[in-house]
Amino acid sequence: MDSRRPLTGWGRTNPSVATVHSAGDDAELARLVTEAGRRGVLARGLGRSYGDAAQNGGGVVVDMTARNRVLSVDTGTALVSVEAGASLDQLMRLLLPLGLFVPVSPGTRHVTVGGAIAADIHGKNHHLDGSFGRHVVAMDLLCADGTIRRLTPESELFWATVGGMGLTGLVLRATLRMKKVESAYCLVDTERCADLDDLLGRMAADDHRYTYSVAWIDCLARGASLGRSVLTRGWSATVEQLPRTLREHALDFRPKQLAVAPSVFPSGLLNRATVAAFNEAWYRKAPRERRGEIQSIARFFHPLDAVAQWNRIYGPRGFLQYQFVVPFGAEETLRRCIQMLSDTGQASFLAVLKRFGQPSPGHLSFPTSGWALALDVPIGAASLGGLLDRLDEEVLAAGGREYLAKDSRLPASAIARMYPRLDAWRVVRRAADPHGVFTSDLARRLGL
Amino acid sequence: MKDAIGNVQRIVVLGGTSDIALATVVKLTQARPGVQVTLAARPSERRAAAAAALEARGMQVTEIDFEATDRTSYERAIASVFATGGDVDVVMLAFGLLGDQERAWQDVDAALALVQVNYAAAVACGVLVAARLRAQGHGAIIAISSVAGERPRRSNFVYGSTKAGMDAFYTGLGDALERDGVQVLVVRPGFVRTKMTAGLAAAPLSQAPEQVAEVIVAGLRAGRHTVWAPPAMRWVMSVLRHLPRPVFKRLPV
Repeated sequence: MDSRRPLTGWGRTNPSVATVHSAGDDAELARLVTEAGRRGVLARGLGRSYGDAAQNGGGVVVDMTARNRVLSVDTGTALVSVEAGASLDQLMRLLLPLGLFVPVSPGTRHVTVGGAIAADIHGKNHHLDGSFGRHVVAMDLLCADGTIRRLTPESELFWATVGGMGLTGLVLRATLRMKKVESAYCLVDTERCADLDDLLGRMAADDHRYTYSVAWIDCLARGASLGRSVLTRGWSATVEQLPRTLREHALDFRPKQLAVAPSVFPSGLLNRATVAAFNEAWYRKAPRERRGEIQSIARFFHPLDAVAQWNRIYGPRGFLQYQFVVPFGAEETLRRCIQMLSDTGQASFLAVLKRFGQPSPGHLSFPTSGWALALDVPIGAASLGGLLDRLDEEVLAAGGREYLAKDSRLPASAIARMYPRLDAWRVVRRAADPHGVFTSDLARRLGL
Repeated sequence: MKDAIGNVQRIVVLGGTSDIALATVVKLTQARPGVQVTLAARPSERRAAAAAALEARGMQVTEIDFEATDRTSYERAIASVFATGGDVDVVMLAFGLLGDQERAWQDVDAALALVQVNYAAAVACGVLVAARLRAQGHGAIIAISSVAGERPRRSNFVYGSTKAGMDAFYTGLGDALERDGVQVLVVRPGFVRTKMTAGLAAAPLSQAPEQVAEVIVAGLRAGRHTVWAPPAMRWVMSVLRHLPRPVFKRLPV
């Protein structure tokens, strides 16, 4: 069924109206693509990109979530074939009991495999395992001419599609190499860090010992406590590490949804006062130091998934996420950015800091070695646009870049400077889709 | 394509020499001036000067010919704007005639000239632009109406009647386009000190084009359908609308 309706990203800003088409079989999708009008076609998964990446105003948006079957599972090789609309949540529920975990998990389980490839998502294990695309063994791509191509990492189109924001074609199926685990739990070390130096020092010193690592920074802390934070790091737990009571059901995965945020939150509820109070409570609640705690995968990886539709708490004006990475050595830039945010009091719950490892071969893939900071900011303050434009300049000057899956406001002029392989990507894309059938609001806004 | 902060990339002004429109373009692009602007107006020195002023601020300006009394002209102009280039974020409908009131209510030609430009062409352009923004699935129309349309006054009721008509059309158009992702903002300024009112005695609450621009940009970003400039005019007009006729007639407005 087709329906014309407004779509936004997770940040609920800047809607555009598209014809939404629930994905049918391959032949039907091929017809849709070859008969596309002037405004083109775009795949959409669960709508977790923050800005306009999964919007196509005036065109066709294919809702891929109907194509969500798991096609084959091999517990020996850990290879799993799925349709692109399958979500990571679904894969965890189905495959954790078999001892297989997704190779890369972002902060939410509610993303599709197709979306994970298009954004080349990363997780807390980037410093060791890289981004999602590295664990894709093969995929089927429906191209602009209606043909389906089987892509493997040997092909350039594969790497133009990994991180390619859906602009090279419709990913139909993918084969992933999963991670073998003994349990659905993690062994977690938690440390409170007094300031930014303390945090960066600890992360640089022994992140390599951990599979997973992430820090939550209180962006409203100022002065001497600038960058105060809670660092949580861990490993997938072995059965032996679990308490006796959990051992028998070590691979059980039953995440609970605690609440659904209602749609009645006013804009401005999250202001400096409420966020500062929350951050204070959250910092005090964290233990000064705790080693070897057993946490469920859901609690460790996806704390926000416990509240469905949490994006509503920002009210009708919505919010954006600002995420950038700067190379190691640009710690001063990181400090200045946090300082600028802290000075202007643009309320952000918590900023998330990660250390990225080796970059992916994807032309437009976001992660590169360095410090990655992400923070949510409500739309509202008139000064917000100017502040973020100044942050862009800091990031660019340090040789950093911002994440397209989160972006909703970068100027087109910044993209080529952030992604030096943009032109190479354009060549591959033009060869695969000469008429630009696959397009999005993000692509139009940034002139990709 | 507009972004989440409200930065725009492409603006089209129908009536491209309007002081209010030009002030709005400047205000709307303050944070990022490097946008594309199309000024549609009669070829004139004033249009060239307006283009130069915007270019000096870093905008890429295109001038195209536009004649509100000539259907072929405005149809061609609107078609050409949307035929090439990126998506249009904002179309400002800013052309209009004040005319000579005393002639206009006694002379058919003078009356029809106002009707033709302020109402007929405004409606026709609205129809033409609406179809294209619908096809984009996003965009905004800013229609410059006037408080003169809210309650007819002896001193300019012919102008007021044309603005009342176009105001009604664009108000309704906003409702019609809501499901298409297109915002229509009807702007009702009071007395504005512009080239249109040069030589007239300034009315109470008179204002500069920049003040109107500020109201327009705030209304656009807040997703409003109607704004008054200055905002207090909303309440003034609300009172005036409800005054009994014998009282209203005697007011020096």
